[in-house]
Amino acid sequence: MTTEAAIRVQGIEKSFKDLHVLRGVDFDVRAGSIFALLGSNGAGKTTLVRILSTLLKADAGTATVHGFDVAAEPGDVRESISLTGQFAAVDEVLTGRENLVLVARLRHLENPGAIADDLLARFSLTEAGNRKASTYSGGMRRRLDIAMSLIGNPPIIFLDEPTTGLDPQARIEVWQTVKDLAGQGTTVLLTTQYLDEAEQLADRIAILHKGTIIQNGTLSELKRLLPPAKVEYVEKQPSLEDVFLALVGDTDVSDTGGTDDDGRRTADDGRTDRAVPARKEAR
Amino acid sequence: MTTHVLGDTGVLTGRSLRHILRSPDTIITTAVTPIALMLLFVYVFGGAINTGSGESYVNYMLPGILLITIASGVAYTAYRLFLDMQGGIFERFQSMPIATSSVLWAHVLTSLAANLVSVALVIGVALIMGFRTGASGAAWLAVAGILVLFTLALTWIAVIAGLSAKTVDGASAFSYPLIFLPFISSAFAPTDSMPGPVAWFAEHQPVTSIVNTIRALFAQEPVGSDIWVALAWLVGVLAVAYAFANAIYRRKIS
Repeated sequence: MTTEAAIRVQGIEKSFKDLHVLRGVDFDVRAGSIFALLGSNGAGKTTLVRILSTLLKADAGTATVHGFDVAAEPGDVRESISLTGQFAAVDEVLTGRENLVLVARLRHLENPGAIADDLLARFSLTEAGNRKASTYSGGMRRRLDIAMSLIGNPPIIFLDEPTTGLDPQARIEVWQTVKDLAGQGTTVLLTTQYLDEAEQLADRIAILHKGTIIQNGTLSELKRLLPPAKVEYVEKQPSLEDVFLALVGDTDVSDTGGTDDDGRRTADDGRTDRAVPARKEAR
Repeated sequence: MTTHVLGDTGVLTGRSLRHILRSPDTIITTAVTPIALMLLFVYVFGGAINTGSGESYVNYMLPGILLITIASGVAYTAYRLFLDMQGGIFERFQSMPIATSSVLWAHVLTSLAANLVSVALVIGVALIMGFRTGASGAAWLAVAGILVLFTLALTWIAVIAGLSAKTVDGASAFSYPLIFLPFISSAFAPTDSMPGPVAWFAEHQPVTSIVNTIRALFAQEPVGSDIWVALAWLVGVLAVAYAFANAIYRRKIS
């Protein structure tokens, strides 16, 4: 690791009554990188994200985010971060645009209307902008959620299972957004239970299992933990995901409310070319 | 951060007021039950109740009806607060650099605005039904002040319920005893017509002093010591509920 750590977690422990959720978690996240916290359900990912985003206090250990201690300087941490939780945190009664304006106002920014319009355009939500968020599809809602998180350009973004419950296209859109963010220098910590998601996005991957980090490294470092790959000849079958994306991918993303943009289509193509192994649905 | 308390509260209040404007039925339903009760008491039971005073029965029972209106209206605050916490929006606010007290105050101010509209609706119907008062502007202001205090006190109780509820039903269940309280008071019948223990309870519970005060203000009679008893109850309940709600809230967000 370099010395420039955007997030530094040392010996974090957290229990809920007799349940030891985190038993001493340590890791650093380099500024401007994408760090994936991989773990199955109940591994403690969300608890850790809640501690780092000042929603929960740790029982032991220290964590600094953007140089600020999460326990001692929660206000400064909140100025530096944005959290996108597991369930899209949008106000369903308000329209998409009103949601964005609300967050811009709460971040005390000037021209909240202009900020909202810009983000609606960036996330292909312009046409849906004046509709209530309750009418949005899961993918649109998640895009709005992430758009709300980007307001004010926080240097660090926490994404807790950003693609859980999304369809394949919406997942790819979220992935592209995350890559764009990191490209602009934002530090992203994301949790996921999908192995291919971590493989696709992360510069470093840490595996959280039973409350501790059991491995932490780049994808190739993690791959070296296993014996070298054997060469086998297997007939290449398209996965169902490949078939699905090939069938529906070139037409239209039904949930963008009509606005489609070419940038996201290229994202699809890039993904299909890399032929990631088919993902078994976790549920 | 504290410099933003007013601004943040304003923005968040705007948000929840917008919720109400998009579902104005919450204001209507808040007003419908008290209006139905008023019709029932004035046109069905009222003739059989001897209030022992010369005034019309609608004049007699309006203060109690107004309190019932507010008691049923604050349930929506608990409901909205509970929904905020269920969805992720509450956590989003919590992870943002906004003044922490703003989130609760926004709900409280929204409750105040919504309940005053409901109360105005009920008074409007009462006027059609023959409610008359020669109360001066100052007396009306005093009535408004007492109703505002009553709304604030009950809303902070609603905040406690909304914060600690486990289910939507639980969030609004707290309001039933509050709605029922005016019935065992001087709101609909004089307390001296009740059997001993009931009369004792009725005379010593807060609603009676509040009802008597508002009734005296409307009737242009001296309020006597009732107003001080009423104010003591209102400020006391408000302070305790406020402290409890904030303690629960702090535990929730830490």
